[in-house]
Amino acid sequence: MEIFLQQIINGLVQGSVYALVALGYTMVYGILGLINFAHGEVVMVGAMLALSALTAMIGWGLSPLLALPLSLILAMAGCMLLGYGIERIAYRPLRHAPRLAPLITAIGVSIVLQNLAMMIWGREYHAFPQLIANQSHHIAGAIINDIQIIIIIMALVIMLALMAVVHRTRLGRAMRAVAENQHAAQLMGVDVNRVISVTFMLGSALAAIAGLMVSVNYGLAHYYMGFLLGLKAFTAAVLGGIGNLRGAMLGGLLLGLIESLGAGYIGDLTGGFMGSQYQDVFAFFVLIAVLVFRPSGLLGERLAERA
Amino acid sequence: MSDALLEVRGLQVGYGGIHAVKGIDFHVAPGELVALIGSNGAGKTTALKSLAGLIAPAAGHIHYDGKSLTKIPAHLRVSLGIALVPEGRGVFARLSVAENLLMGAYSRCDQYEIDEDLARMYTLFPRLVERRDQLSGTLSGGEQQMLAMARALMSRPRLLMLDEPSMGLAPLMVKKIFETIQQVASQGMSILLVEQNARLALQVATRGYVMEGGAITLSGVSSELLGSDAVQRAYLGG
Ligand SMILES: Nc1ncnc2c1ncn2[C@@H]1O[C@H](COP(=O)(O)OP(=O)(O)OP(=O)(O)O)[C@@H](O)[C@H]1O
Ligand SMILES: [Mg+2]
Repeated sequence: MEIFLQQIINGLVQGSVYALVALGYTMVYGILGLINFAHGEVVMVGAMLALSALTAMIGWGLSPLLALPLSLILAMAGCMLLGYGIERIAYRPLRHAPRLAPLITAIGVSIVLQNLAMMIWGREYHAFPQLIANQSHHIAGAIINDIQIIIIIMALVIMLALMAVVHRTRLGRAMRAVAENQHAAQLMGVDVNRVISVTFMLGSALAAIAGLMVSVNYGLAHYYMGFLLGLKAFTAAVLGGIGNLRGAMLGGLLLGLIESLGAGYIGDLTGGFMGSQYQDVFAFFVLIAVLVFRPSGLLGERLAERA
Repeated sequence: MSDALLEVRGLQVGYGGIHAVKGIDFHVAPGELVALIGSNGAGKTTALKSLAGLIAPAAGHIHYDGKSLTKIPAHLRVSLGIALVPEGRGVFARLSVAENLLMGAYSRCDQYEIDEDLARMYTLFPRLVERRDQLSGTLSGGEQQMLAMARALMSRPRLLMLDEPSMGLAPLMVKKIFETIQQVASQGMSILLVEQNARLALQVATRGYVMEGGAITLSGVSSELLGSDAVQRAYLGG
């Protein structure tokens, strides 16, 4: 029972991160029908930027309680710029090209970003400074620490805020209109390119937050961290129904739970033959299962038809 | 003619190698209801799309309110007062009726007057009132056409362009839609009405143009066109 509860907590934390990243995939897909495979690298850049900013600020003697939010804001700004640039340079020229072209470009962008990050930050793992006293709390035999609590609450607040933007504001209306029918949106006076840029920037800001969350939680950042995380978040988006915001959140949380429960019990299930290092396998089992049995995902209605 | 609201000269529009509109001239004076009729594939929709800015013309001039539209992107033409109700309506199916109407007012920022106009649209199209929170995709075809018109009116256009508003609708609904068109026209709005239903269009329009194979082959006052042998034979079935 303690193991179960512990794995639920771990799953929720990891799932919150997946959900934030999955939202970036799903927003872009919803509006452009494009899978932005470079999105995982934006998460990595966010983590790295935050780390650099944080290290510098601590060096200047800033209090951690000030440095942490400041570096998050800087990382978000940097990632928004990066997301804007990726769309502008890599995807916009291919807007009317066959679907395979932007997909290959996306992979190219990932490789470029990874290599740039390796040149800037090196190949080594960076320890993320432990800045705040991270107290542990015991509930029913399981342990949850301050950072994990902050991650879950922050993710929740951000997701609610995003839903409010998308469903209650003029910008959100324009985003949904563009997702459904770009020509009709233009006829309403919507600058479609601007809305697409804003969508990339929003997704990238969420990616930066997720990047910081992962590295604070694990105490590590690395130029390669975006790859697997991106792939799993993409899986989460597909699981929930890609293009669907609620689906991305649900998929993210579910994937986090599946992974962590799976890792917790895989030893028992296989008589000790496989250990928790097989955790990563679950995400891809899920991906394959969804693609085979329910390609539209859990909440996926077919997306608005577009010409 | 220089005081026309819309003045089109030598307009050519194509898709790759296909010449859909092959150099047409026409105009719409302020407050006028002008019909553009023609059979399938004549190039009517293509012409309207280029007026709205969705397709760049290959050649020709479009002057609106004395200014050239050529370099103005589609999304900025709305605030100049140009609205198009596209063929097939282009309603946002996953937005509610009210949200669709608000999209129509997207380029406006006079919140108070937007609210007033919303109320006016609900009086003009009472069927939309009880459906305002419903997803637009669940509306019937006729209701969607009303919504598309109301949405276009929400931008407070000076030139309203309608692409086959009668398409796919039952006669009673067609009648209602055309009554609304006349009502809007009587308030002084300039309207360019594209229709395959030539009789209906010419009955409400002051003037008309007949388009065939990408060119305008006939034009004149509606009553003359309705009476002309060529139109009688080709479009009015006798
Ligand atoms: N997207 C497109 N790509 C290629 N050709 C097109 C495209 N759209 C229209 N055409 C061609 O351009 C010509 C004019 O089409 P258009 O839709 O303007 O005609 P229309 O007068 O509106 O016809 P209808 O009354 O059937 O709506 C047709 O020959 C059509 O096949
Ligand atoms: Mg047409």
